[in-house]
Amino acid sequence: MKYVDEYRDPALAKGLAAAIAAEAEAGRTYRFMEFCGGHTHAISRYGVEDMLPANVRMIHGPGCPVCVLPVGRIDDAIRLAARPDVTLCTYADLMRVPASNGASLLKARAAGADIRMVYSTLDALRIARSEPRREVVFFAIGFETTTPPTALAVRQAKAEGCANFSVFCNHVLTPVAMRAILAGEEEGVPPLDGIVGPAHVSTVIGSRPYEFVATEYHKPVVISGFEPLDVMQSILMLVHQLNQNRCEIENQYARAVVPQGNARALEAIAEVFELRDSFEWRGLGAVAKSALRLRDAFAAFDAERRFEIETKAAADNPACECGAILRGAKRPMDCKLFGTLCTPETPMGSCMVSSEGSCAAHYAYGRFRDRARTQKEGVLQ
Amino acid sequence: MCLAIPAKVTELLGDDMARIDMDGVSKVINVALVEDLSLGDFVVVHVGYALSRIDPEEAELTLSLLREAALVGNAS
Repeated sequence: MKYVDEYRDPALAKGLAAAIAAEAEAGRTYRFMEFCGGHTHAISRYGVEDMLPANVRMIHGPGCPVCVLPVGRIDDAIRLAARPDVTLCTYADLMRVPASNGASLLKARAAGADIRMVYSTLDALRIARSEPRREVVFFAIGFETTTPPTALAVRQAKAEGCANFSVFCNHVLTPVAMRAILAGEEEGVPPLDGIVGPAHVSTVIGSRPYEFVATEYHKPVVISGFEPLDVMQSILMLVHQLNQNRCEIENQYARAVVPQGNARALEAIAEVFELRDSFEWRGLGAVAKSALRLRDAFAAFDAERRFEIETKAAADNPACECGAILRGAKRPMDCKLFGTLCTPETPMGSCMVSSEGSCAAHYAYGRFRDRARTQKEGVLQ
Repeated sequence: MCLAIPAKVTELLGDDMARIDMDGVSKVINVALVEDLSLGDFVVVHVGYALSRIDPEEAELTLSLLREAALVGNAS
């Protein structure tokens, strides 16, 4: 497949791995956070970590919308879907996320709720048009990549006068979450040395919103494509910057990202959405100005106003370490539930649900390496 | 979630819609977010919308930098 296969060439990967090993200075540790779940998945799936020298370490970040959505908002969606007049349209990733009392959208659907998995907001709009007697609510989640499609659907619904379509908005902002991670670097956890920046979020917002990482936190960012060679090249660029005592925002994914981002997408977002004062994130807690809500001009399409949704805070499973894992403070295998009670088939926490979640990625691709390592060290697992 | 796939524009359908080809899979998507789209362009597709056009020259430049870095790596 063009623009995919050429970035997965194993021979080039070997060469890049050798280049990283040669560039990484002995006696120095490099700790990079890949913010985005797409990178987490690629790094695990293609064994990128195995190709890195021991002193270059990847820390998984919170860039997985399914993972950071707090339980209370899933509870809201389940309550909404339980209404006899509502059809809830959702991206498939959300179906299995554990909510309060062991509930999930999947179980709610089994119990009779009208919940439909859609590929696109276009599908949700189509359902609203074809079933005018149903209240069709789109469960909107995601970072800036997924926000413009929601904005365009709301704009289209308003233009058509589609009165039975609304959006339960949970869109969140990447730069604000990145700042929260950097501002909250914890005692006892070694600080990050640099960040692998999101690919597709950056197609929308461009590279400029990351400038603060360099100017305020003095760390480099390299915006990276999602293919394994993209990620490896970005790691090499980060190592190179640090060795030269530089901290800049570089763009490895120049084939799809320009500094100013996508003007049309940003206009659509600005027209339809405004900042929320505060939004609850799993792992980060309440973060000011970190999420979006519909503007008053589009109030008629805001499910929160239409159905008077008031989110109640709900606790995660106390044994689940998703929160610390999302902050990069812990790794999946540090969680007592990992691989025993919590697996992709029976997820206890959100990071085990999405294929981009750190735990799901590690369960699918990484735990065998752990086992080999611990067996070598004579530790049973 | 932010998964997006490069796809080739095979037909412009008007009303901000286009038909694309993803390795033999044909799909109709919304292209309102990409300016001046032409047949044969490659776009990054996410949840039924084109988010940006892929710049073939930048793609080639990235690949040549990759190859160069890999050569240096293999020689070290």
